[in-house]
Parts: sequence; structure tokens; C-alpha cells
Amino acid sequence: MSLLDIENLSLTIGDTPILKGMELSVAPGEVMGLVGESGSGKSMTALTVMQLLPHAARATGRVSFDGIDLLAATEDQMCALRGDDIGMVFQEPMTALNPVKTIGEQVAEGIRWHTKASRAEAEDRARKMLDRVGLPQAKFPMSRYPHELSGGQRQRVVIAIACALKPKLLIADEPTTALDVVLQAQILDLLRDLVAESRMGLLLISHDLAVVTEMADRITILRRGEVMETGDTARTLSEQLHPYTRQLAQASMHVPARARPHGIETGRPLLQVEGVTRDYAGRRTSLFRRAPGIRAVDDVSLSMAPGQSVALVGRSGCGKSTLARMILALDRPSSGTIRFRGETITGKGETELKPARRNMQVVFQDPYGSFDPRQKVEKLVAEPLHVQDKKPTRAERREMVAHALHEVGLDQRDMDKYPHEFSGGQRQRLSIARAIITRPKLVVADEPVSALDVSIRAQILDLFAELNQKLGIAYLFITHDLTVARAITDEVLVMHDGKIVERGKTNEVLDHPQSEAAKALVSAAPDLHRAIARRMQEQG
Amino acid sequence: MTLHIDIPEETLGSILAKAFRNTAFVAGFVITLLILAMAIVSYGWTPYDVTKLVISDKTQAPSLAHWFGTDHFGRDILSMVMVGARNSIAVALVAVGIGMGVGVPLGAFAAARGGLVDEALMRLNDLVFAFPALLSAIMITAIFGPGAVNAIIAIGIFNIPVFARVARAGALAIWPREFILAARAAGKSSTQISIEHVLPNIATLLLVQGTIQFALGILAEAGLSYLGLGAQPPMPSWGRMLFDAQTRMVVAPWMAIFPGMAIVVTVLGLNLLGDGIADILDPKSRRQR
Amino acid sequence: MTAYLLKRLAIALATLLLASMVVFAVLEILPGDPARLMLGMNASADQVELLRNQMGLNAPLALRYLHWVGGLLSLDFGRSYTYSVPVIDLVRERLAVSLPLALIALALSTMIAIPVGLFSASRRGRAGDTISMGAAQLGVAVPNFWFALMLIYVFAVWLRLVPAGGFPGWSAGIWLALKSLLLPAVALALPQAAILARVTRSALIEVLNEDYVRTARAKGLPYRAVLWRHALRNAMIPVLTILGLQFAFLLAGTIIIENVFYLPGLGRLVFQAITQRDLIVVESVVMLLVAAVIAVNLLVDLSYAVVDPRLRSRQ
Repeated sequence: MSLLDIENLSLTIGDTPILKGMELSVAPGEVMGLVGESGSGKSMTALTVMQLLPHAARATGRVSFDGIDLLAATEDQMCALRGDDIGMVFQEPMTALNPVKTIGEQVAEGIRWHTKASRAEAEDRARKMLDRVGLPQAKFPMSRYPHELSGGQRQRVVIAIACALKPKLLIADEPTTALDVVLQAQILDLLRDLVAESRMGLLLISHDLAVVTEMADRITILRRGEVMETGDTARTLSEQLHPYTRQLAQASMHVPARARPHGIETGRPLLQVEGVTRDYAGRRTSLFRRAPGIRAVDDVSLSMAPGQSVALVGRSGCGKSTLARMILALDRPSSGTIRFRGETITGKGETELKPARRNMQVVFQDPYGSFDPRQKVEKLVAEPLHVQDKKPTRAERREMVAHALHEVGLDQRDMDKYPHEFSGGQRQRLSIARAIITRPKLVVADEPVSALDVSIRAQILDLFAELNQKLGIAYLFITHDLTVARAITDEVLVMHDGKIVERGKTNEVLDHPQSEAAKALVSAAPDLHRAIARRMQEQG
Repeated sequence: MTLHIDIPEETLGSILAKAFRNTAFVAGFVITLLILAMAIVSYGWTPYDVTKLVISDKTQAPSLAHWFGTDHFGRDILSMVMVGARNSIAVALVAVGIGMGVGVPLGAFAAARGGLVDEALMRLNDLVFAFPALLSAIMITAIFGPGAVNAIIAIGIFNIPVFARVARAGALAIWPREFILAARAAGKSSTQISIEHVLPNIATLLLVQGTIQFALGILAEAGLSYLGLGAQPPMPSWGRMLFDAQTRMVVAPWMAIFPGMAIVVTVLGLNLLGDGIADILDPKSRRQR
Repeated sequence: MTAYLLKRLAIALATLLLASMVVFAVLEILPGDPARLMLGMNASADQVELLRNQMGLNAPLALRYLHWVGGLLSLDFGRSYTYSVPVIDLVRERLAVSLPLALIALALSTMIAIPVGLFSASRRGRAGDTISMGAAQLGVAVPNFWFALMLIYVFAVWLRLVPAGGFPGWSAGIWLALKSLLLPAVALALPQAAILARVTRSALIEVLNEDYVRTARAKGLPYRAVLWRHALRNAMIPVLTILGLQFAFLLAGTIIIENVFYLPGLGRLVFQAITQRDLIVVESVVMLLVAAVIAVNLLVDLSYAVVDPRLRSRQ
């Protein structure tokens, strides 16, 4: 018998249908992967099971857990189930913990509530649980507050809270999406072990097919509130019978078609970074003392040829974004020089930087945050023209914006719209249009596809590749995602603790990493091919 | 503390449509409009002449002839309330203008520059906040003599740090956004960015604060003129009318009731308007509905 | 923690110092010669000059400032021109009315506002919430001195339960004295309570939308338990901020309210002193009130650190 059985579940919020005839089951000790792109209703499925839906939500159908009809359960019954028989882990570890309570209190709270144990007893159990999730007493006493912990450590606390009472079912909603690949691998290992230890059922929700394949026994693929396919993970993904499954799998592994990369051009390099260091002063501990500072970037040197596509990879906090900002002259190095097309840009004022600004542009990660919502597309895309020596007339400007929009596959009529009228993928196209309007020689892209759904991501990668070929723009891709690096770059630089620890041809580095940091990244990176192969092997 | 700003992504049309479905906004809008209309009408017409004393009609209870009754000089209270509205609105509005005009650029500048400039401006703000506003207003009007202009200045000065704080907090929440980075990468100066990107995005925040300060200004003006430091007789003002009413409460309670109601309704209208605007424009508060 | 404390303390002291300069400077540029004022219009120029010398008014500005600050620090505030008694005695006498009044009002306002805010937030969108927030909306709009007049009309003129004004002094018995402070305190407190209740409610609702509230709900805690255990403490910061600001409002409010009720308090003292140009009283009382506001703000800053561990451990 199943532990969790969802039959013909439909959900509406206000007048918007979210789920339509959803079917899903989880057996005791089974890992069920629920996969879908954003807006497919996967998180709402989890919240329906928890009965923590927004007020305007109406659910019909049947959701039974351990023989209890959850849709008909009273709030008191649900309170008894939540945290005791059903635990849940959320996506965003940075905000999931109460900032004014110690981690010990937060883990012990649920234990006390459900078992009516004494404070000492509950704290004892909480301590054991924290030890179990990898936060040992010596380094992580119960009196720690969440802000004293890193994101990965906080996610361990959230898992400790969810698993403290050995629930029969654990729901994990994108538990690793906010973490870098190395932390992701650690957290997934922890979840796998916990589930195996106490034969929990696990409902793992993710947009990442590779992650789910590595973890799940069975898989359910959701699209716009409807189940597309459900079945054994290995079989479903190796056979790819359903067209949507195939589409998702192919998009996850997509490599844009690129002709031979531009031959390494001779002559002067496009970008030279020499011995660049960036220190941040420590906080003042008293009136006269400061904590030791942080060296975000430590003596980094690199050079890029025109038209070359280079990936800068590393774990979060390794200093890659700081380095990118210095290259873009948005931040000043503490020491070292950066030369762009032979000109030194470090220490220059805005006026002197104008020629450099014309030739280097930026694409950011968040397609929602990178546009001023109060301005129209025409003004936004034209913003870099500000550095042009000769200000274009309004007609010329519209002409240039229209051309740039056309190049990224948007309609020129789009220029009179506001950014919110576009989808995430379209906004990233707008971002790219803004970046290429001045015909720059270098585009720095900071995680440009990591906020996008896989199918959109594939299209944007294609666009990057196409523009690289057509316009000869050099790219510096900053990413923690090795799939992206592999798909679109010729060379890769691996950064760790502010230093560049390895560099070389992309395929060579990713297939045969030499440094510890690169090895860790490569082995932790989820890879759909590998995951399917391993699953098939296990099942013989 | 950091301030979180959700920037609503809507067009004017959809905002207006939403506005007229919001009860608080509609109520506040209608009340404010009525009070404004009353003040404007008073320039051309009032039921009775407020400067003419008719001793034979003194302290009459509300009747068909005098809807709100008459005061101890036989003046019509409705007419006086109408004329008093002018004064209250003018003082509060100009004081908000002073506060916004000086405070917003200061706050935006502090946020854009950061570092020592920011620190210095904020400490200056702390300094002004340390003086209880009404006490200082009393000092200012007492020193420079009572009157509407000095009341405006006194109230306006204390609006400056309020707007500076709100503008700074709002601007600080906008500055780390990626679209600001994009503008910087396009070579725009911090002044250009403040004007083109920051101010339009904190405008709603300032609008809401503006209605709040407007309402507080009405209250402060009433307080000052109650103490005899606002507009001077024979110009009627709501606060002064209440002062005159105080000693005659037993014989003519209407002298106190109606001017007070005028203040309450005006302030209520403005607060509802502010709440309504905040509700309509803040997606977070919408989610709670 | 110490760094945070020291920084706040340094800021408070610096603000106090600047404030004293501002007060001194403002009164310095005031028109009117205090010596002439004391002696009257008939005094000769020589007499005035003599008194100016006695009062130290002819000393250099900086010296006079230092002398004044020194006096403040040693609680020697000088003598009032109009009352001809040491200012410190006047202040002490008036403080015995104003301080209890402000404290009763603050306590009353907090005791009403926090429960109403909690009640409203816990039944958001339901009838109870709508009614109490409607009342709060109205309360915010009521000027306290008008509210005071209405209270006098109902409770003193009509029902004759309490005196309409005046203060019998603490020597007349605690009960009588308190009785005469009751209406003024209510008049001060209710409009403030309305503001505080609204802030409490919206702070709670904001916190209730946070991710950690969902985590707590997922632990199995019912809504009410989450409100008390998780939301309340996190919502305290904006509430404390407003409470600090309200103290300044209450102090200023006493000026008007004491006038309405003819209470011999500090507010009435300073108001009369301003109109009578009794500058030495004005500057002393203003400095005292400013110091009180700064001290309360420092207290609020410190209580942030008690509520929020992030401030405590900030290095």
C-alpha cells in the first residue's frame, strides 16, 4: 500500500487553475521525484499535502496519507501530522530559519510539541539530530544562531527539524537549488542516507532532471499542472517515450551547434588581468580595532583573446563575481592592473572609461531584476548608447534598438512594451539585446542561464553561440554550472578561494581535472548521462 | 535595517482599475476631494460672512439657518469651518512640499554617495529627530512671531528628516539591484542613475509618506493654532476655534464638536488615501487579501 | 556587542552635544536683552550694563556656552527671570506632574495597542480585525487636544466623575492626584495607541509572510503558537522603533494637553516661559526634554540588540 496517494487532485487559486487531475503516489521507503518547469505546480502539490496552501486555494480530489484523507482533515489533525509524520524541507535555507532563535531551540521545538518531552529530553534529541546531519557539538553548539551558519549548514538545520521525529514521509522542495554543486552533492547524500536509515518515503521536488535521476526510484513529470508521465526513473529516462520527457531530457543536455571556435587570433589580447587582488576591510570590532579583512580575489592573472569564449567556474563565494565586477570597472582592485584592448582601465574616471565601456557589456543572472520596471524596452535596451561619443537621434536610436531586438529573436514592436510583459526567457533575450547594441568586443555574463527553465536555457545558449559566431564577441561566462561551461566555452578557468587554480581547454579540464577544487566541482556536478547510465547499471 | 521594496509591474490603466476597486482608496479620495472642494468654494461663497460679528446671534445651537450653530460672536460655524479648511490645507501642503523638496534629494544623495557623506547626513537627521517636533515648532513660532507662514516653516523643517529617511531607505533598497549595475556598466553617473532609475522606483513610497505627513501637518497646524501660534484672528482656523470653544463647552458644545470633526474627517480621509495607495501599489499587501 | 553599544553611546553623546549647541545658538540670536527684560523699560543703560556684567552676558560666546553646559552638568540651571527661583526647583516641581503623566500614557498606550495588534493580526481579514483596525484608523485621525475636550465634556461636565482640569498636588493624596491625571493620560494615550496598534498588526503580518513561519508551521505548530513563539519577537523591532518615537510625541503632547487641563507640568512651564521670554527656563527645559528623547532612543537601540542576536554578534 502506498504511504501517500494523490488521486485526481485539482487545485485552483482564485480563478487560476494550478493542478488538473494530478496523480501521484509514494510508497514507504521509496524516493519519488517530481519534476517540472517553473509554474508546473510542483511546489503547490507539496503545500497541498502539507495543507499549508494560501487562503484563496481550493483543492478537490483525494489526497490520502497513511489512510487519512488530508483534504478532509481538520487543522488540529494536520498539526498532529506535520512535523511528526510528514516533514518538509524548503528551497531557501537563508530565510527558512527564525533569525532570533537558536538552532537548538528550533530543532527541539517540534520534538517538544509532538512528544511532550521535557526540555532537557527534547534538547538531548535535538543535539543527536544535529550531530546526525553533520553539525557536531564541538563546532556547532545548540546556542548558535542561524546567521552564524552558512547556507549549506542552515539547510542541514532545516533537514534536522524535518527529520527530528523520523517522519514517514519527507517532502523536499528544491532542497539544493540555492546551493552550489558541491554543497548540493553533500545535502543530497545526507537526504539519501536519512531516508534509507528510517525507511522514510521521500517526495523530491526539483526542476533538475539530473538531480532527480540520481536520487529517485520513480519519477513523475509535471507540466502546467498535469502529469505527463510517471514511472521507473531509469526506464522512463532511457526510453523517453513521452515527447515532453524527451524534450526535457534533451534540453538538459543541450549543446549548441558551434562551428569551429574562432582560431586563436594573434596580435594583442583583448583582456589582460595582471596580479589583481581585492581586499575588503573587516568590520570594526571596537572603536580602534578591525577584524582581519577578507581577500576576495587573490593575485589573479588571466588573458583573453578577441572572439574567445571563456568560462570562469567555481563554488559560490570563490570570488568569481568580484573579479567580473573589476573587469567591468564597477569595482576597483586593491592592487594589480586590468588592461582592455591594451588600455589600462584600473583607476580611471568615468569619462576616461567611455571607450572601454562601449566595448564591454554585461548580462546578469536574474532576468527579472536586471530591468528597471518603470522604463520601456526602448529606453532600457538603448541605455548603453549613453557612452557613444555622438548621441544618436531618436530615430537612429529606435533603428538601433529594433536591429538589436531582431538579432536576439524579438519583434521590433516589443520596444514599446514594459519588461513585465515578457517571460523570463524573453527578458534574458532583452538583456542580451542591451549587451550587444553597442557592438562590444567582450560580454561578461554572470550566471546568465541559471535562473531559467531547461528548455529556455537551451534556447538562450543557442543564442549566445550564434552571436559569438556572427559578431565575433568574446564571452566571459561566470558560472557554477559545468554543463553550461561545457556547452559554450573554449577555455575554462577554475577559481577557488580567490585564486585561479586551474586553466585549460574546457573539455580537458572537465574530463581530467587536476586541482582538488576542479575535481570536487566535476565529481559533484549532476550529469544526466552519467546518472541514467548508473541507474541502468544498478538495475542490471 | 533594510527595507524591502517590491516594485509593482503594472501600467497606469491597470493601476487605476485596481484603485477604484479599493474601498480605502475610494473613501479617502472622495473625502479628500470634498474637503478640497469645500476650501476652494469658501473663496467665492460661504453661507455667512465670517468676519462680520452678529452679537444678537451668539452661541446659537445648530438649526436650519446655522447648520453647525454659531460661536460667541454670532459667527456661523459652518462658514468658519469652510474658511478654516483653506488655512489647514495650505499650511500642511506647503510643509510637505518643503519636506519633500529638501529631504528627498538629501536622502537620495546620501544613499548614492554612502560612506562619510551618508553618515554625516544621517547624524544630522538624528539631531533633528532629537527635538520633539511640536516643542520646536512652538519655539520657532514663538521666536519669529505667530502666524501661518511661520507655522509652515516650523512644520516643514520637521518634515525634512522624515522624507530624507524614507528616501534614503528606499534608495538603499534600489541601489543593489541588477538594473542599477547595468546602468553603471553603461557609464551613467550616480546622479543620472538617481534621477532616472532610483527616484521613479521610490516615488510610490514617497507618495504614501506624503499623505501621512500631510495628515500629520493638519494635526500639527491645529495644535499650533490652538495654542495661538498659527493663523491669527480674524482669519478662522480649526485649532483656534477649538480654543475659543473650550471655556464655553457647557453652554455651546457645538463650538467644539464641529471644528474637531472637520479635523478628524480630513485626517481620516488623507490616511485612508495613503493606505489605499500603499495597498494598490504594494504587491505584498495585496497578497494578504 | 560592545562595539554596537559603544557606537550607539558615542552617537547619542555626540547628538546631545550638537543639540546643546543648537539650543544655545538659537536662544543667543533671539531678539530681546534678558537684562533689559528683567529690569523693565525704565531702567537706565548703566543699570542694564551692570546686570549684564553680573549675569555674565558680556563674556565671549564660547565661554558663556561652556559656563552654561557646566551649569547643566552640575544641575545648576540658573534662576528664572519671571519666577525668581532656581530653575532646577521649578523643573523638579513640574516634573512631578509631567513624568507620571507621560509614563501613565505610555503604559496605557502600550497595554492597549499590543493586544489589539496581536488580536487583529491573528484574525486577519475577519470581522474582529476590520472593526479594531477601523477604530484605529479613526483614532489616528483624532487630535489629542480635541479628544481631551470631548472627554472633559462627557466625564467632567456631563457625568461629573472627574475634575475638568487643575492638579491638586501629590500632597492632596495619591488618589486625588491620580484622578486628575486620568483624563489627560487617556487623551494622550489613545491616539498613540491607535498608531501603535496599526504598526504592531502590520509588523506581525509582515513577519507571518516570512519563510521561517512556514518552517514553523511545517513543524506542526498551530497558527496561534507560531504567532506567539516566532512572529511576536521578530515583529518587536518596528514596534520598538515606533515606541521610541512616540516618547518624543508624548513629551510634546504634554505641552498641549497640560494647557487643556491646566496642569502645572513641564510642558505648560516651557510654553509659558517661551511666551514670557524667560530664556533661561526655556533652554534648560528644552535641553532636558531633548536629553530625555536621546536617552530613550539609546534605550531603543539597546533593546534592538536584546531582541535581535544578529546585532549582538556583529563583529
